Amino acid sequence: MSLDFDQVHAGGIGRHFGRRLALSQVTFTCRAGEIVGLLGPNGAGKSTLLAVLSTLLQPSSGAIRYGPHGSDVAGPALRQRLGWLGHDLQLYPELTARENLRFFADLHAVPAPEACVQRALAAARLEARADDVVSSYSRGMRQRLALERAMLHQPRLLLLDEPFTGLDGASAEALASRLRQLASEGRIIVMATHEVAFADDVLSRALILHEGRLAGDVPGRDWRTAYRDALQAVR
Amino acid sequence: MFARTAWTIFRKDVVVEVRSRELVATTMFFALSAVIVFAVALVREGRVVADAAAGILWIAIAFAGTLALGRTFERERYTDTLRALLLAPAPRAAVYVGKLLGVVAVLLLVELLLVPLVALLFDAALLRRPALLVGLLVAGTIGFASVGTLFAAMLVRARSRDVLLPVLLYPITIPVIIAGVRGTAAILQPVPDEPMATFWLMLLAAFDTVFVTVALWTFDPLMTD
Repeated sequence: MSLDFDQVHAGGIGRHFGRRLALSQVTFTCRAGEIVGLLGPNGAGKSTLLAVLSTLLQPSSGAIRYGPHGSDVAGPALRQRLGWLGHDLQLYPELTARENLRFFADLHAVPAPEACVQRALAAARLEARADDVVSSYSRGMRQRLALERAMLHQPRLLLLDEPFTGLDGASAEALASRLRQLASEGRIIVMATHEVAFADDVLSRALILHEGRLAGDVPGRDWRTAYRDALQAVR
Repeated sequence: MFARTAWTIFRKDVVVEVRSRELVATTMFFALSAVIVFAVALVREGRVVADAAAGILWIAIAFAGTLALGRTFERERYTDTLRALLLAPAPRAAVYVGKLLGVVAVLLLVELLLVPLVALLFDAALLRRPALLVGLLVAGTIGFASVGTLFAAMLVRARSRDVLLPVLLYPITIPVIIAGVRGTAAILQPVPDEPMATFWLMLLAAFDTVFVTVALWTFDPLMTD
């Protein structure tokens, strides 16, 4: 069953872990072509919200809609349209870049996997090191590989958790450029980040989270003030 | 899609293990050490406590299995690859089956070495009924690993997973261990008691059916928080 959507709507999302409230009444919509930043201090609920969007975590209240589809369709067909890149890069260090990509291509039943892997290696600029084990890569190389791994099956919604962490300036700029390209292809990108400097050039919108609540939904580059206010509120 | 996903995950686990040899080396070393310690403690002047071989064999399998279960999911936790597996567009139970096959393969490999060693050190005629013994070992290993794989996956994000895994696993798998021990002991009788060994084998097969069915049924909801 194929499933696609051009927007994701979170309606009144709440999530608690025991008595601790991680998210409360979070409502927003992301559209194709947008790069939406989840900004906020530690513990604001960014990673929890990403996990809910990825279907790995059930909201305690509210619902996510993927285009016309409710989150109750969360199953193989929906997961085929989701890509995830976490802070931990979800690569097997004992395998080579080619083997990692081939494994995930097979896992997602990507058609013509060899060609797809070759394209991903080219996009990650890792063709020359394709047959080296990933444990021998630098953080930047792993990050590039992990992004292409998350994109192998051409997901509509790409969820990124702190993708700029640990990258030097050049690698971060390369990642930002790739994200802009992916957004221009019609992906919906939702990204939790602390790296304000890099986010500035990338985000088309920012959702400011504070203590699990949506403190601001700010378009363009006007988000810095709202973000600063959220941080000051914590202090 | 289900079988393909399970096979893909199993094949990946085999390649990773061939590269690192971490699971086989540690579980084999641990199982061999346990058997040798028991042999030193229980064999005096060439005389062995009755049925000791069967008990030692299954204790070594259970302990080595616990070690293998912990490590196989530690691998998936280390770089958060378990999350990537759970996001695969396949029934999540296929992820469980893939991981289960990997654990069973490692344990059967360990048992290949363990059986002759126990036979030698405890002067046990384990190979008199090879088909029955293989049946007991395969069924017992699947029963133990099916519960263990489910619990190890559940506990992968728990801080005290190393403590909790045996605490949860052993009480539930005790019937499997007992059936394995009694079935193996029946083979080791002066005249092998085939009907009794077959009875325990059938019981193990029944445990396997129940455990695997329950695990397949509960894996998805347990892994979706």
